[in-house]
Amino acid sequence: MTAVLTRRPGLARIRTAGSPLHHLCLAVVVLVTLAAVAAPWLVPHDPNAVDLGSALAAPSAGHPLGVDAAGRDTLSRLLLGARTSLLGPLGVVVFSTVAGVAIGTAAAWRGGRLDTLLSRSTELVFAFPGMLLAILIISVYGEGLLAPVLALAVAYLPYVSRLTRSLVLAERERPYVSAYRVQGHSALQICLRHVLPNIAPVVLAQSTINFGYALMDLAGLSFLGLGVPALTPDWGRMVFDGQTAIQHGYPLSAVLSCAAIVLTVVAFNVVGERWADRVARRDR
Amino acid sequence: MSFAGFAARRLLEMAVTLFAASFVVFGALYLAPGDPASFLLAGRSASPEALAAVKAQYHLDDPFLVRYGHWLGDVLQGDFGRSLTYRTDVSRLLADRLPTTLLLVAMALLVVAVVGLFLGRLAAVRGGATDSAVLVATTFAVGTPSFVAAVLLQGLFAVRLGWFPSSGAGEGFADKVWHLTLPAIALALYLIGMLARVTRSAMLEALDSEHVTVARSRGVPERQVIRRHVFRNSLGTVLTTGGLVVSTLLVCTVLVETAFSVGGIGQLLELSTSTKDFPTVQAISLIIVALFMTVNLIVDLLLPLVDPRITLGTRGAAA
Amino acid sequence: MTTPGNALDIAGLRITLPGTARPVVDGVDLAVARGETVALVGESGSGKSLTSRTALGLLPPGAGTAGEVRVDGRDVLAMTPAELRTVRAGTAAMVFQDPRAAVNPLRRIGDFLTEGAVLTGALTRADAAARAGRLLRAVGLDESVMRRYPAQVSGGMLQRIVIAAALMGDPVLLLADEPTTALDVTSQAEVIALLAGLRRDFGTGLLFVTHDLDLAAAISDRVYVMYAGRIVETGPAQALFAAPRHPYTAALLASTPRMDGPRGRLAAIDGQPPDLRKPLPGCGFAARCPLATEVCDRQAPAPAAAPGGPDHTAACHHSDRLEGSPADAR
Repeated sequence: MTAVLTRRPGLARIRTAGSPLHHLCLAVVVLVTLAAVAAPWLVPHDPNAVDLGSALAAPSAGHPLGVDAAGRDTLSRLLLGARTSLLGPLGVVVFSTVAGVAIGTAAAWRGGRLDTLLSRSTELVFAFPGMLLAILIISVYGEGLLAPVLALAVAYLPYVSRLTRSLVLAERERPYVSAYRVQGHSALQICLRHVLPNIAPVVLAQSTINFGYALMDLAGLSFLGLGVPALTPDWGRMVFDGQTAIQHGYPLSAVLSCAAIVLTVVAFNVVGERWADRVARRDR
Repeated sequence: MSFAGFAARRLLEMAVTLFAASFVVFGALYLAPGDPASFLLAGRSASPEALAAVKAQYHLDDPFLVRYGHWLGDVLQGDFGRSLTYRTDVSRLLADRLPTTLLLVAMALLVVAVVGLFLGRLAAVRGGATDSAVLVATTFAVGTPSFVAAVLLQGLFAVRLGWFPSSGAGEGFADKVWHLTLPAIALALYLIGMLARVTRSAMLEALDSEHVTVARSRGVPERQVIRRHVFRNSLGTVLTTGGLVVSTLLVCTVLVETAFSVGGIGQLLELSTSTKDFPTVQAISLIIVALFMTVNLIVDLLLPLVDPRITLGTRGAAA
Repeated sequence: MTTPGNALDIAGLRITLPGTARPVVDGVDLAVARGETVALVGESGSGKSLTSRTALGLLPPGAGTAGEVRVDGRDVLAMTPAELRTVRAGTAAMVFQDPRAAVNPLRRIGDFLTEGAVLTGALTRADAAARAGRLLRAVGLDESVMRRYPAQVSGGMLQRIVIAAALMGDPVLLLADEPTTALDVTSQAEVIALLAGLRRDFGTGLLFVTHDLDLAAAISDRVYVMYAGRIVETGPAQALFAAPRHPYTAALLASTPRMDGPRGRLAAIDGQPPDLRKPLPGCGFAARCPLATEVCDRQAPAPAAAPGGPDHTAACHHSDRLEGSPADAR
């Protein structure tokens, strides 16, 4: 009974182009990564060389960012600290992404009991905050980087697998998958060659955001003295060392390592969220 | 679905998850390299009596599941075993320290709720430069781990300015609140950012809905539109973050209490982990997980009050 | 052309939005007398909803306006926010397309009915509740629904509630923006009958916004056809339906399936409405029009009256080439 006319979804929102904050954060990500890679060639001093005579010295030509309470060069420790501080989260993200994608894909493709098992265990892991799980494992295994990295990877895994599961479920419904199936391609082939490349941007955006959280958690564990071994330069550890220096009226090394942590986490979060926004909009 | 049926189902789900969590906490012991008995005594005088005591406490000569059953039975009666470091009952240690931590968490929660909701609402309603400022501020807030906030706040307000004590938990209620102010703010900072963002986006979504335009078209004053149709409708989303907020607060007490030497269960967790005092770690882990789940349950039971569609079984019919 | 005593008088209304090259509403003249039913017909994006919402001062963010929109003789576009609120709470009211979206799902229906009147201070809470009860009975519902939530009633019932809510302030002008599109067929007929009856009983002017030309012809005294932000044709419903003077109206009629007409493919209108991001110097319909000539792209046609029908005007350079039967239009 009605004339045929198209519905309108509402005026498309006109968006402003890339924000300066995003560009700044992208620059920080690149800079921090470069510093971590090139640290051994950049450092002016041995990060563990103790020069008690100049302990808590202010910045000078020899020590551009000053010296900490134990007489160690702050700049050298910050640069080398970038390595451990980024390597740990990288391990967490790589492990949780690989395992999470594998489990999520399998659960979505197979469904049934495997899927039920996944959603049950996901609920369980969500009840354990990453940091708590890491502490529980450390209390069994002792200090060191491997145990907390594995524990955090397990804690972050459900975020990735749940996301992957929903993405694969949506992808599986698309016509090209049944087209390949009819042509006799195996499920594994279709997943690896077609489904995974299609869902990769969304998963990687999530992993970038996870990187920031993993950095915060691992730095926290180092601050507690439960993460990296005592002498290894690490930003979280430097905050702990700097806390005593603050009491002596020398806040520089603590403030600098705090700033390194905050800036890196913020940068990864902003870049990851921006990326997630963009792939989400492209999908629509 | 009736409310009672809904509540019963959620309660059952929580019991199952809690049961599984206790299994993980108990089973973690058996991830340790070597013999559990020697692990439990790690580094401590391994007199035959002590060994026998540990074996008896953990029923180490029984099969795994029987041991688990004994342990769970004890835990359900409030007996978490004996601390190997403090040589006293773990439940005693917890009873001494839990009130301080709960006060700290409550203070932080109050700050998070008040400031987070305020900032989120401000950003959503004002928009423009206010919105951008709140967005940038919260971006930094969610990038600041609580121990960083703790060390910086301590350095500025306790050491440099001397406005607050730099450590300890104080005596008596007012003194305690004064001692715990900086730790509470350090604990709250990250979550203020998170809650402000959740509130902001939930309110923006509500602002977009047709019924807000309808309310305006009927002459409802803008303040009332925001209160009755925008803020009210964003509350459900905000409330669902409650469990996450409380569990994050509880876990981060380990960092903040250590930084400020507060002496609650957070600091106890740090001390018992570094001294491998496993029964204490187990007990605190269980308490944190149980509190998280309890809060989640409360949130789930409160949600139908905020959103009548949940028990009416028509959720998602309209935003 | 504003006449005192009209419920709604729109004169030369022009609305511009940021990011567009031409006005989304471009020189619209429209009048609704008290007690009259007027239909505003157009497809999505033609600017018909925007035009009707302007009567309540509801404009998209960043919109610029020119012209006059008089509701009960007073220009809405020149009002202070407080004056606008009194118009919204009393003089004019709107029935929206989708009742599920129009009513806050988290508040009780009684709250929805009374909030406008109570919060603007027009009525006390008790008076508002009493009036809401009377209006609910007038739209054929029981006042017990006031204690329910929107999710507990059907879409048709909810639209009756929205209509009752619109009548709370005893308006002289009722705007209905596709009030039946979101409903099933039975509820549609009921709502139409209800609106017609209420218009008679309460003496309000009714502006009925729709994309359905048949429906418009069936219920209204006069019809305005809108395309690309302009009124392309207006006239008494019967005259316009029987002998359209604009190719767009003719094409719309031809694209409507008919029980008594020949079976077969529907005649859809080829092409798309003109892009908002490009200026539009000529006639908006030229690109899709079978009668278009070179003058149509160059010069926007002015409304001209039909021979023998001064109320029936169309903005087309080639009105005279259109024959009476809509089926011959293409």
